[in-house]
Amino acid sequence: MADKKRIDEVTGFETTGHVWDDDLEELNKPLPKWWLYVLYASIIWAIGYWVLYPAWPLASDYTRGYLGYSQRAVVMEQVAAGKAAQAQFRDAIGKAELAEIQNKPDLLNFALAGGKAAFGDNCAPCHGRGAEGSMGYPNLNDDDWIWGGDLAAIERTIRHGIRSADADTRAGDMPKFGTDKLLEPAQIDDVAEHVLSLSGKASDQEAAIRGAAVFAENCTACHGETGKGNLELGAPNLIDGIWLYGTDKTDIVTSIETGRGGVMPPWHTRLDDVTIKQLAVYVHALGGGQ
Amino acid sequence: MAAIEKRQEMSAFSDALAVLGAALGTILGLYLVAFSPDPVMKFHGALLGGTSVLGALYVLTQLTGHDTAAREFYHDGPIKFAAVAAVFWGIAGFLVGDIIAWQMAFPWLNFDLPWTSFGRLRPLHTSAVIFAFGGNALIATSFYVVQRTCKARLFGRWSPWFVVIGYNLFIVIAGTGYILGVTQSKEYAEPEWYADLWLTVVWVAYLVVFAGTLMKRKEPHIYVANWFYLAFILTIAMLHIDNNLAVPVSFAGTKSYILFSGVQDAMTQWWYGHNAVGFFLTAGFLGMMYYFIPKRAERPVYSYRLSIVHFWSLIFLYIWAGPHHLHYTALPDWAQTLGATFSIMLWMPSWGGMINGLMTLSGAWDKLRTDPVIRMMVVSVAFYGMSTFEGPLMSLKAVNSLSHYTDWTIGHVHSGALGWVGMISFGALYCLFPWLWKRRGLYSMRLVEWHFWLSTIGILLYITAMWVSGILQGLMWRAYDELGFLKYSFVETVDAMHIPYIIRAGGGLLFVIGALIMAYNLWRTVRSEESVDAENQPLVAAAPALRSTFAAAE
Repeated sequence: MADKKRIDEVTGFETTGHVWDDDLEELNKPLPKWWLYVLYASIIWAIGYWVLYPAWPLASDYTRGYLGYSQRAVVMEQVAAGKAAQAQFRDAIGKAELAEIQNKPDLLNFALAGGKAAFGDNCAPCHGRGAEGSMGYPNLNDDDWIWGGDLAAIERTIRHGIRSADADTRAGDMPKFGTDKLLEPAQIDDVAEHVLSLSGKASDQEAAIRGAAVFAENCTACHGETGKGNLELGAPNLIDGIWLYGTDKTDIVTSIETGRGGVMPPWHTRLDDVTIKQLAVYVHALGGGQ
Repeated sequence: MAAIEKRQEMSAFSDALAVLGAALGTILGLYLVAFSPDPVMKFHGALLGGTSVLGALYVLTQLTGHDTAAREFYHDGPIKFAAVAAVFWGIAGFLVGDIIAWQMAFPWLNFDLPWTSFGRLRPLHTSAVIFAFGGNALIATSFYVVQRTCKARLFGRWSPWFVVIGYNLFIVIAGTGYILGVTQSKEYAEPEWYADLWLTVVWVAYLVVFAGTLMKRKEPHIYVANWFYLAFILTIAMLHIDNNLAVPVSFAGTKSYILFSGVQDAMTQWWYGHNAVGFFLTAGFLGMMYYFIPKRAERPVYSYRLSIVHFWSLIFLYIWAGPHHLHYTALPDWAQTLGATFSIMLWMPSWGGMINGLMTLSGAWDKLRTDPVIRMMVVSVAFYGMSTFEGPLMSLKAVNSLSHYTDWTIGHVHSGALGWVGMISFGALYCLFPWLWKRRGLYSMRLVEWHFWLSTIGILLYITAMWVSGILQGLMWRAYDELGFLKYSFVETVDAMHIPYIIRAGGGLLFVIGALIMAYNLWRTVRSEESVDAENQPLVAAAPALRSTFAAAE
């Protein structure tokens, strides 16, 4: 086959003389110089890397490298340095009462920054990035609190959660008026009209009046005679026009039927004291703190 | 006479083997249908049994001595099957990919159903494009190339058919398994143990057919494309078996547990994962490139020596690079160093293929203007060069600390997958269809132009969106404020990705549309004798046997 060598007219190079499938040939060209030199350079670079850094496994150890680099040591150092840089603030926050933190500008500054970071990673998935809340997850920017909006109340809610498995959890328990057949569907409908009328939104005045009687009998124990709610029991204010589960009548009917019973986890099992304090200060400062 | 008798004997032996194999498949399938407690396994047993019965019936109608049709020298039936399967799975895979891209931008598109959730569709997408589209393209082209460059008919009578049908059965079993929730949760190796075993059988048959054809070649030398195909077949066999070593919970159930655990499992997984890229998506498709570019350009390969040196250096160096997927993890420092340094040394060996691909066009650059099929393959090689430069760059620990776990990686993969693997396969398919179905050329060259531009623009949109999104994501993750707190929460980084996600999904949509145009064009090529623009197509677009006739006619 070697006799099929020929000079390629276009490039001026000889072919290798191999021919496949009628016309497949190869030029007998040398390796491109730049290609070869860059290949050599990359090999030399790699050897240099091996000399400097941990590289080759041995029987029971590995070559440690001239620089003595260890990824684990570096990360331990960085974590320690990060902790050390925050230590004075974290210690001070750990010892301080919540109100004290608010009164010391450098502690407050630190707590707000730390609270924001912790909020973004732990709270934002439900309450939203700007703490604006969504259906079933309260807005934390307003002053409409279900369980209280002062520092201590906020901290307790974060620490123990709501209707959680924690022993000290917040635990309001609205009856399932529909599911458990405590009220007739017509009565629930009337109560819903009445509840809407509390914030001036009723469309059926007669039903609202009928509902007022049902309300007085079943709801006032927790929500109060005027519907202003009760922070001790976690009974929401019904007259301010702010709704956790939607503003439509059907939403309110569902709330009465099922009792809703939203859950928030207890965070003291996942976050340390200092972080919870920072979160309390941060949430308090969002705009609605009392 | 003796030779013909021997061939008859071999042929009858092959018939017997095929019927026996199909009988075994039928029994196993029936057993699973009858006795497996798992409905998915029953379904997969039915698939195996059903395919085996159909296969056996077909073989029985074609027994040696009864097939009267004159035999063509080359065995092209299985190639046609795999080429059509590549087009079909390509479109399915691209489409699912684009759907999950839209899901990333608009999560409600998951529809809150398990079967349509991102978690199940994502492996469906990756397996469909890599193994179904890419795999069928590789099987089709390797069977075509090895016969032509060896001047030998494919080894075996039924085994080439077993390879293509068995491989596609594997794909159906794997893909339906994902949708129904069967997975071993190893990236790019999701199929469960029984699908893996089936693929092992098919793959060994593939090796036997390919190597058997090489062994009976009439040419003294083995063409470079075949080196790459053989390296691909051999190495994938090794990787597939090692990474999927698992203990099934029961013989009639789908669940198994992987033999390795912890960092050993992670290392085995990425030794496999990276070399699936290296030997499936690189070596295999380089084999494709080495045949179809010189053939279509009608020019000699640029440098024989370069092909030897870059082949062996690529094969030797690639297998070490896997640890760069595990930088800054529990993997020991020394393994990370080796992963990074071997990736850097791999840069030039990878580029050797690019140089040989591009420079083969020396003296024929004008064909870029006149032949969109050539242009597609050349642009594919350019994307190959770009992603094999980007890859070593990303394997450096300093770069990796920014790029790892971000969309940059996704963009990198797709510049290789859409740009290199996709476009070189499109080019090869555009060559193959008229050659296999004995046509003067493609149905329409104009449609190839449309496909070329749609997919090129789609890829560019995809990659640039992922660069922006990935680098932004990486920078946001590592941003600290002056007090040492993370500046952004994870949800904020997700929010920042929204616009790039839409652009990416839009780019993907262009790519899907391009592939649909290709499918239409190829379908018309198969169906109709005539091209609408034969005068714009080079003679090499015509089936080899017909070229002299056409040349005389024109």
